[in-house]
Amino acid sequence: MARSITPQRKMFNTALAWGIGLVIFFPILWTILTSFKSEADAIAFPPKFLFFDWTLENYSVVQDRSNYMRFLWNSVIIAGGSTLLGVIIAVPAAWSMAFVPSKWTKDILMWMLSTKMLPAVGVLYPMYLIFIKLGLLDTRTGLVIVLMLINLPIIVWMLYTYFKEIPGEILEAARMDGASLKAEILYVLTPMAIPGIASTILLNIILAWNESFWTLNLTAAKAAPLTAFIASYSSPEGLFYAKLSAASTMAIAPILIMGWFSQKQLVRGLTFGAVK
Amino acid sequence: MGKITLHGVRKSFGATDVIPGIDLTIENGEFVVFVGPSGCGKSTLLRLIAGLEDTSGGTIAIDGVDATDLPPAKRRLAMVFQSYALYPHMSVRKNIMFPLKMAGMEIGEATKRADAAAKVLNLTDYMERKPGQLSGGQRQRVAIGRAIVREPAAFLFDEPLSNLDAALRVNMRQEITELHQSLKTTMIYVTHDQVEAMTMADKIVVLNAGNIEQVGSPLELYNAPVNTFVAGFIGSPKMNLIGGAEAAKHGAATIGIRPEHLDVVQSGGWKGVVGLSEHLGSDTFLKVATDDVGIINVRAGGEVVLRHGDTVHLAPQPGKIHRFGADGKSLA
Amino acid sequence: MATKNSRTAARLMMAPAVILLLGWMLVPLVMTIWFSFRNYLPLRGGDQGFAGFDNFVRFVTASAFWPAVGATMLIVICSLLITIVLGVLLALLLDKPMWGQGVVRILVIAPFFVMPTVSGLLWKNMFLDSVNGLFAHVARFFGTTPVEWIIDQPFASIILIVSWQWMPFATLILLTAIQSLDSEQLEAAEMDGAPPIKRFWYLVLPHLSRAITVVLLIETIFMLSIFAEIKMTTAGAFGTKTLSYLIFQRVLESQNVGLGSAGGVYAIILANIVATFLMRIVGKNLDT
Repeated sequence: MARSITPQRKMFNTALAWGIGLVIFFPILWTILTSFKSEADAIAFPPKFLFFDWTLENYSVVQDRSNYMRFLWNSVIIAGGSTLLGVIIAVPAAWSMAFVPSKWTKDILMWMLSTKMLPAVGVLYPMYLIFIKLGLLDTRTGLVIVLMLINLPIIVWMLYTYFKEIPGEILEAARMDGASLKAEILYVLTPMAIPGIASTILLNIILAWNESFWTLNLTAAKAAPLTAFIASYSSPEGLFYAKLSAASTMAIAPILIMGWFSQKQLVRGLTFGAVK
Repeated sequence: MGKITLHGVRKSFGATDVIPGIDLTIENGEFVVFVGPSGCGKSTLLRLIAGLEDTSGGTIAIDGVDATDLPPAKRRLAMVFQSYALYPHMSVRKNIMFPLKMAGMEIGEATKRADAAAKVLNLTDYMERKPGQLSGGQRQRVAIGRAIVREPAAFLFDEPLSNLDAALRVNMRQEITELHQSLKTTMIYVTHDQVEAMTMADKIVVLNAGNIEQVGSPLELYNAPVNTFVAGFIGSPKMNLIGGAEAAKHGAATIGIRPEHLDVVQSGGWKGVVGLSEHLGSDTFLKVATDDVGIINVRAGGEVVLRHGDTVHLAPQPGKIHRFGADGKSLA
Repeated sequence: MATKNSRTAARLMMAPAVILLLGWMLVPLVMTIWFSFRNYLPLRGGDQGFAGFDNFVRFVTASAFWPAVGATMLIVICSLLITIVLGVLLALLLDKPMWGQGVVRILVIAPFFVMPTVSGLLWKNMFLDSVNGLFAHVARFFGTTPVEWIIDQPFASIILIVSWQWMPFATLILLTAIQSLDSEQLEAAEMDGAPPIKRFWYLVLPHLSRAITVVLLIETIFMLSIFAEIKMTTAGAFGTKTLSYLIFQRVLESQNVGLGSAGGVYAIILANIVATFLMRIVGKNLDT
């Protein structure tokens, strides 16, 4: 709307929106702040907001005692590995669906999306058995495979939509210019699709990092990622709020930052194009 | 080199026969224009020649060699797309050099050729820019440059001027014609604009629903259209087609007279009332509701000042009446 | 664009993805169906023989079944209502001119990216805990007795947590939809004399209805199977055992695999019903 709006109206909107935003964000903010408090301060009444003795002891305790780095590394490997593996499998599939569509393309795509709707709990026991049989229980490999499978539909879907946005004529021009299929994908398609591929990787790392069903049920001590690590705080001894806050902050910080950059991808990836 | 022959070329998409069967010969060095209304199959035919679509039947030969099953890369043809299809992530230089890179040409030689093409097309100052930083006309030239460096057997143009504004279109039209004169390579040009067809072509192929209606030079098509479709398609404003009693007087089912072949006379001829009059200065276009022959379009001289509501008499110039039979075909 | 050469290549390139997903879908699924028809008790030695439809009947006649259905519906429906209504309002607000809209968006989006285990634990301990939680502090500040959220208001607690996590999703989707509404439509309506409320009701809301439906369906699918939030807070106690959690317990904790698998089959059927509706909308969009 090109009409100017009164400053008062704008101020009102701003105040209201910021107010609501801060209320929604408050639990996260509080957690971050609490991670820097002593345990006593953490449960103090009246609650201390900004004025307390800031300390880093929680972070060091969490790191030392529970070998936080191992869990972090597991999360990185599992989230990164499953996403990368998924992308490698998905790029050719999305290419063929976007550029050489057949009358089955739409149905196959929808079928792939529907596999994501499978309730995990329905196949929990068989997966458990399969994992035991294949020696994959409590291994990072096993989890990489499972998370890759549950995110593959979204990866294929997102790449498909990004590829579709590449004008087909440009690929035809490459063909007329003498490019083989390999050259076409390597020199023309991939460079043009890099932003799309990056966005897909970003969103799926986030989804894999936060996955809280398979990572809790198929891992124990060795391959547990951060989701399981945090879960171990559910039966603590003694005062632990500050430590929980520190552990939580460390667990969610990377994803919060990545998430801020991936809003558009979120809409694209999780609404399956039904909303533009 | 550059002779293209089509024998019985067919194309169907599923159950629909988009092109039922076409025989056509394009001689070396000709500027051939495929023209016709939307959906007539002209772009499809071009893409079949390019190899971007498979034929459903028939053969395509390039310089005597059967190319029907060859992929586009092996046909030695170059195409300029409607949207130019430039590689957005590559500079102008890299765009033009791309086909040479694909052909495995050594980089020094390729750069020389690219620079030579750029010079011909006035692109030397823009070599390092990316397509996004160029104007429509410049992008058009980069697309042509990319086609030229391949030294193809023939150039294929798919409605290259539709995305340009009117003034630019006139300029580029002339540039392409001049290019043809200097390179002397075969060019196949697709357009729905019959003005482009008439001004640029050595030979025009008029297509309708996948069939060739007529092949001939621009003047042949203008003076001797073989059926009412071609007669109505070539020439702007369209030829007036009159049926009924008036046509029977000339021994035909339909007669046609072009708006520019009607004279405004004082009396006699066809009498009517002016509905619309458009004064361009150089010409005056009149839409006349006549008593006997329906609505007639007339192109008169700029000095004619008739207005809406005026009575007017129209006389067709002798020898300019086209006669068509009941099947739409022209009668000798 | 499609020629013989590219078509064969295309089929090959699709194969890995299709085969993997086919395997992923069929193998565990078939096993679950197999188990559901058998008496499978790992603690008593495993497969005890064919059970016919016993497991299916026992699952729905078990005393825990209907409460679980009720719990599921309560949580899902309330969360849907809250997230969508608040989501629409918030999206409308965020579409208005203001300063720092980008930052506000970041603030509002954040909860969606917090992993569910963290979410559950934080809320349970730092906010809802009746002794040391923030809510308790606030209650004491106002002189009232703090609520034992997890114990006395378990549903409210869980709904609160789930809504907090999913409202950003709804807001983001709806905001995207609102911003895709052609402003010229609204301006034409304004020139026709329509007041803001009418413009909202007749133009904005219908345009949003597609987005709202999508949000509804997607949230339903994911909310039907929420797990970590429950495990970390009530662990299914105090009546908050949802269908998913019930199945989970049957399978992993009480080790009656046959029964749990039958429940799993029910869950899959239910999810498929919802998914069909969603896929129909997606399918319509794919045609455009």
